[in-house]
Amino acid sequence: MELKGRDIISIKDFTREEVDHILKTAGKVDHILGENLRPLSGKFMGLLFFEPSTRTRLSFEAAMKRMGGGVIGFSEPAVSSVKKGETLADTVRTVENYADILVIRHPLEGSAKLAADFASIPVINAGSGAEEHPTQAFLDLYTIFKEKGSVDGLNIGILGDLRYGRTVHSLTYALSLYDVNLYLVSPPELRIRKEVLQAVRNRLRVKEFSRIEDVMPELDVLYVTRIQRERFPDPGEYERIKGAYRIDKAALEKAKEDLIVMHPLPRVDEIQPEVDETKHALYFKQVRYGLITRMALLGLVLGAF
Amino acid sequence: MESVSAVVSEELRVEKIRDGTVIDHIDAGTALAVLRILGITGREGYVVSLLMNVSSKKLGKKDMVKVEGRELSPTEVQEIALVAPNATINIIRNFKVLRKERVKPPDLVKDLLKCPNPACVTNSPEPVKAVFHVEVSDGVTLRCYHCGILMEKEDILKQF
Repeated sequence: MELKGRDIISIKDFTREEVDHILKTAGKVDHILGENLRPLSGKFMGLLFFEPSTRTRLSFEAAMKRMGGGVIGFSEPAVSSVKKGETLADTVRTVENYADILVIRHPLEGSAKLAADFASIPVINAGSGAEEHPTQAFLDLYTIFKEKGSVDGLNIGILGDLRYGRTVHSLTYALSLYDVNLYLVSPPELRIRKEVLQAVRNRLRVKEFSRIEDVMPELDVLYVTRIQRERFPDPGEYERIKGAYRIDKAALEKAKEDLIVMHPLPRVDEIQPEVDETKHALYFKQVRYGLITRMALLGLVLGAF
Repeated sequence: MESVSAVVSEELRVEKIRDGTVIDHIDAGTALAVLRILGITGREGYVVSLLMNVSSKKLGKKDMVKVEGRELSPTEVQEIALVAPNATINIIRNFKVLRKERVKPPDLVKDLLKCPNPACVTNSPEPVKAVFHVEVSDGVTLRCYHCGILMEKEDILKQF
């Protein structure tokens, strides 16, 4: 299967076979992670981060360097010509001359698609506003696949800010390629966007809930997200909703023994630190799977695997 | 001097036009949006008849627009379909219907509507305009090519 040269803009652009191929490739990378790999020697990645990031930027950078490639770019628009008013379209058409692949995070929805339309080299969407974060969805699938042996047949709950959480949107689209029961749990104000629900409704069994305790005993996977404070048009609305849900040890008492709790991180207070020491907590292992998945994606898009 | 009864008579209300266009079976309450799509303000000098919320066998209630001396471009016909998917266009020449066609929405809408999502990249200073994929099921729904947000009829009407 050929993924060389592909843009990774939305998880919706991928078939089940392609996703399976990416997960299999991640599995291979997982086995050789400690080795001195240099399949991307001589290749350069342009990192254009217009929004703050810890994990995504560092894991893309680590993934590229671990495979022998180079990294250029910026993680703070204030130090680039963006500060002078340069458009994303112009930035992309400039940096593509220095790099073989672009990885872009931008606060506006549709920004990755715009970048891909202007660029002649592959573009990876590392988060486009509240819209999508497809590489997070690939790593989330890989995490589930590794920990549960399969994605099919699971009861998966997504809890939190389903309206503004881009990881939620991408994961929901991704899960629609599998045979799962999806439980969407959120305060009423933060229900998932209609376009996401409409896109998956015919392919996925979806139920919406307001209280996590109503579904906890059913779940094999619980995916928790933080309230996306920075995306709220009205700060007062955030103040009203913050702290609306919280996972602590007591909340997990009725959970299945082998429930895994995932989180794209960063967390605020939605998963209490006391959960970290339980067997359910998987979110830091998820970070490692993120590195592996991004190595697989870079290798596939740049033709190394 | 005309009597009040003549002004409101059925005959005057549906007066025939010699040459021009009759847009029939417009969804009730959307005729003003159709006029805005056509850029007709009333100051162009065309004779324009506008009927709103009249009874219709097909739709229950409907609107109708008649414009003397004006024919529609294929793009205008497609754009009308976005707000009035059941509309029919009758081209009139010398009081007779020369051609009658049903509107059909385009596959893509370009340079006509703004994306209603304030966080969409097309509402920023980037050198792109909003483009929408048209999806037709029960009604017409537009999906922004860039941010993916859905626009339904009410959202579309707000822009006309």
